[in-house]
Amino acid sequence: MKRLLTLTSALVALVSSKAALAEYGLNMTQGITEVSKDIYDLHMMVFWVCVVIGAVVFGAMFYSIIAHRKSTGHKAAHFHESTMVEFIWTGVPILILIAMAIPASKTLIDIEVLDKADMTIKVTGHQWKWQYDYPVEGISFISNLAQSSKDAMDDRAKGSSEKREALDAQGDTYLLSVDNHLVVPVDTTIRFLITSNDVIHNWWVPAFAVKQDANPGFINDAWAKPTVIGTYRGQCAELCGKEHGFMPIVVDVVSKADYAAWVAEQQGAAAAAAEAATQQWSEDDLMALGETLYNTNCAGCHMTDGSGGYGPAIKGSSLANGDAVGHLDIVINGKNGMPSFKMLGDSDLAAVITYERRAFGNTGSVVQPSDVTSAR
Amino acid sequence: MSYTAAHDDHHGPEKGLLRWVKTTNHKDIGSLYMWFAFTMLLIGGAFAMGIRAELLQPGLQLMDPQFFNQLTTMHGLIMVFGAIMPAFVGLGNWLIPMMVGAPDMALPRMNNWSFWILPFAGGILLSTFFMEGGAPAFGWTFYAPLSTTFAPDSTDFFIFAVHLLGFSSIMGAINIIATVLNMRAPEMRLMDMPLFVWTWLITSFLLIGAMPVLAGAVTMMLTDRNFGTAFFDAAGGGDPVMFQHIFWFFGHPEVYIMILPAFGVVSHIIPTFARKPLFGYSSMVYATASIAFLSYIVWAHHMFLTGMPVAGELYFMYATMLIAVPTGVKVFNWVATMWKGSMTFEAPMLWALSFVFLFTIGGFSGLMLGIAPADIQYHDTYFVVAHFHYVLVTGALWSIIAATFYWLPKWCGKMYNEKLAKVHFWWAMISVNVLFFPQHFLGLAGMPRRIPDYSLQFADFNFISSIGAFSFGLSFIMLTYIVVDCIRNGKPAAARPWESAKGLEWTLGSPAEYHSFNTPPSRAVILEESQHS
Repeated sequence: MKRLLTLTSALVALVSSKAALAEYGLNMTQGITEVSKDIYDLHMMVFWVCVVIGAVVFGAMFYSIIAHRKSTGHKAAHFHESTMVEFIWTGVPILILIAMAIPASKTLIDIEVLDKADMTIKVTGHQWKWQYDYPVEGISFISNLAQSSKDAMDDRAKGSSEKREALDAQGDTYLLSVDNHLVVPVDTTIRFLITSNDVIHNWWVPAFAVKQDANPGFINDAWAKPTVIGTYRGQCAELCGKEHGFMPIVVDVVSKADYAAWVAEQQGAAAAAAEAATQQWSEDDLMALGETLYNTNCAGCHMTDGSGGYGPAIKGSSLANGDAVGHLDIVINGKNGMPSFKMLGDSDLAAVITYERRAFGNTGSVVQPSDVTSAR
Repeated sequence: MSYTAAHDDHHGPEKGLLRWVKTTNHKDIGSLYMWFAFTMLLIGGAFAMGIRAELLQPGLQLMDPQFFNQLTTMHGLIMVFGAIMPAFVGLGNWLIPMMVGAPDMALPRMNNWSFWILPFAGGILLSTFFMEGGAPAFGWTFYAPLSTTFAPDSTDFFIFAVHLLGFSSIMGAINIIATVLNMRAPEMRLMDMPLFVWTWLITSFLLIGAMPVLAGAVTMMLTDRNFGTAFFDAAGGGDPVMFQHIFWFFGHPEVYIMILPAFGVVSHIIPTFARKPLFGYSSMVYATASIAFLSYIVWAHHMFLTGMPVAGELYFMYATMLIAVPTGVKVFNWVATMWKGSMTFEAPMLWALSFVFLFTIGGFSGLMLGIAPADIQYHDTYFVVAHFHYVLVTGALWSIIAATFYWLPKWCGKMYNEKLAKVHFWWAMISVNVLFFPQHFLGLAGMPRRIPDYSLQFADFNFISSIGAFSFGLSFIMLTYIVVDCIRNGKPAAARPWESAKGLEWTLGSPAEYHSFNTPPSRAVILEESQHS
């Protein structure tokens, strides 16, 4: 009933106000880059050309349907050929197409040709997460679907009304939230180098009008110069397997000062992580970090309780209870449906593998970051 | 010729079920194709219902994402290879010999074979659902390496099924070319042929050109998966983007394989019910040939985002836009055929008019998609889903339904229930738009295709779309009833049940005799029945 009310009000809103049209997402976003605005203009131009042609063609068609019907006694004419008419309706569309092709070509060349970028970010698609590297700044991190979205998705399936409200509360950010946001400075020309580690993904941020395939073994590039500070969301736009719908993109466009502060903070954290990887960790620390990482990276297929689902059970598995070498190999390098997790840091891998070997009643050995380093 | 006539008297169809297994008769085989296609349409439609049921509300309610991907994949494959293509081959089998004044198809035994491969290919494809790891889940476009290194074991069965479907299509195409070129009544010139025959002849050449390319693509997949080659694996020196080039070199002609015969069907129905000859017969033929030619040189417009150089993108954008010209000519010709006609609106005409209207909407979104910069925002969103369903459902499928109502009296000698057919038309017409029109908005608002769950701003239009889908799905129960009711209880139909229908098929009885023309029609009859008289 509530859904029905929403639907009715949506329909009412659709016909009643232009503001509501925007709210219900009827049209392409204008975006926050010059290119995205050009694309929007192009889209609207072609749309209106289609509307005008449609009005003429359908107008003639419906006039004919109404006026030239047998029931009103209309007698059929017998003309059936005119070279002149055919000539006109071949020629006029060609002229219209040329008129559309000129701005389209100009925009396309703007998009594809970039002389100089202020900074570069490498984007790597993984099944099913994004990795961002800032090669100059030395920053690298993984961006996963936020735990809140995962919880809401599962809870929704269980159908309890309070949990349903929890999902509704997430609103427009449901499935469009990640744990680590990509952060970029405003008014800066950013070159994105886009590639993949496994299958083809596609990195799409509608507000930037950047959508580029991430091909394994090849690097594509795209660029954007965001002009408005804010948070922008996108999604993978190429079917990449089971969790294709669950690898969103969130970009924070921040002021240049905030960006500098963020870079310093990230660099500090990276140094601390590198230091930690050389240390001997306690089992409790490994287990605590491992549980978080397991739920982010592994539970989608192996389930939170390790009972297995799309992937095999970890609970009681011979791999998790046996020698650590085989376990390290499969997590680092992947096998068949199991993706490689070599992009995780040594401490993270040690933690998640230890968790798999010691949780769910498993009795495998503890794995230290140094074991991961030597297994790579 | 009197020998043949006497011969016919004691050689009707064989009795019992074996008739359908052993038959070499174009009408029997045409019916087999049509019923097979209809069965597959219902199966593929059931998959679509599953997809729309999951998408009815946000959250994962009914299935896990992997099964959702299996459904989208199999929905596409079954609809393209199991429903639309066989339905057109069925129409071609039934109609082409009658339209060109021939007794049967040129290669009747091969005709039997090309049909009977299909149930096995379809069966193999569907059986993958029950295999370990499930059915193929990489989309009907099966991009490598998701379909090679990362695919379930059942993919090899999928490859085999695609090979079989390809054999069947190529044999069907050879048969139609041989029939049109060799079995045509001696007095019928090429430019006397009805447009359905023309469009199918051109489609046959597209099939012969495109299907072997698909066979090549899946064979490379097979060796990549099983024999250590690396055609599509960058780690071995291959290129995953090459897969897409090969696939779309097949795939783009393929979409015209599914729409050119539809153009033919509509070019028969509109003149009949407008009581006026088809406008611009020869320009229709040239436009069809132009579309077929262009279809081979635009394939990479499906790949604007793969990282093509800008010169390539510009070329494919221009070539793609060019397709709007001959397609536009066709639409203008249909409207000019209606203009100053004396129209009535029996079911076939309703479907044909609705085809012109809705297919043109699909054409407009196609033009928008062809604009390469804008395609950045449209690509792989629901805007694309809306576009190709407007051209394939309200285009190709619409024409098949139109053709069924138009020629059903000829096929079974009985008339369908006009009142029910009109109710069914409006039901399908409204629900299909409720189903697909909101998907334009979803795509523009940023919803990617092939996702089992979505953010809440997409919830309302998905809900509307799903309601439309269930309603549209139910309309096929009514279609089944109307057709079965016609075959069983319909009133006897006249040889020419539509007063101003033209075409040699109407000079035969209703139902048409088991062997169509034992003596070829005369020049006078051919001219009398031609579309440009």
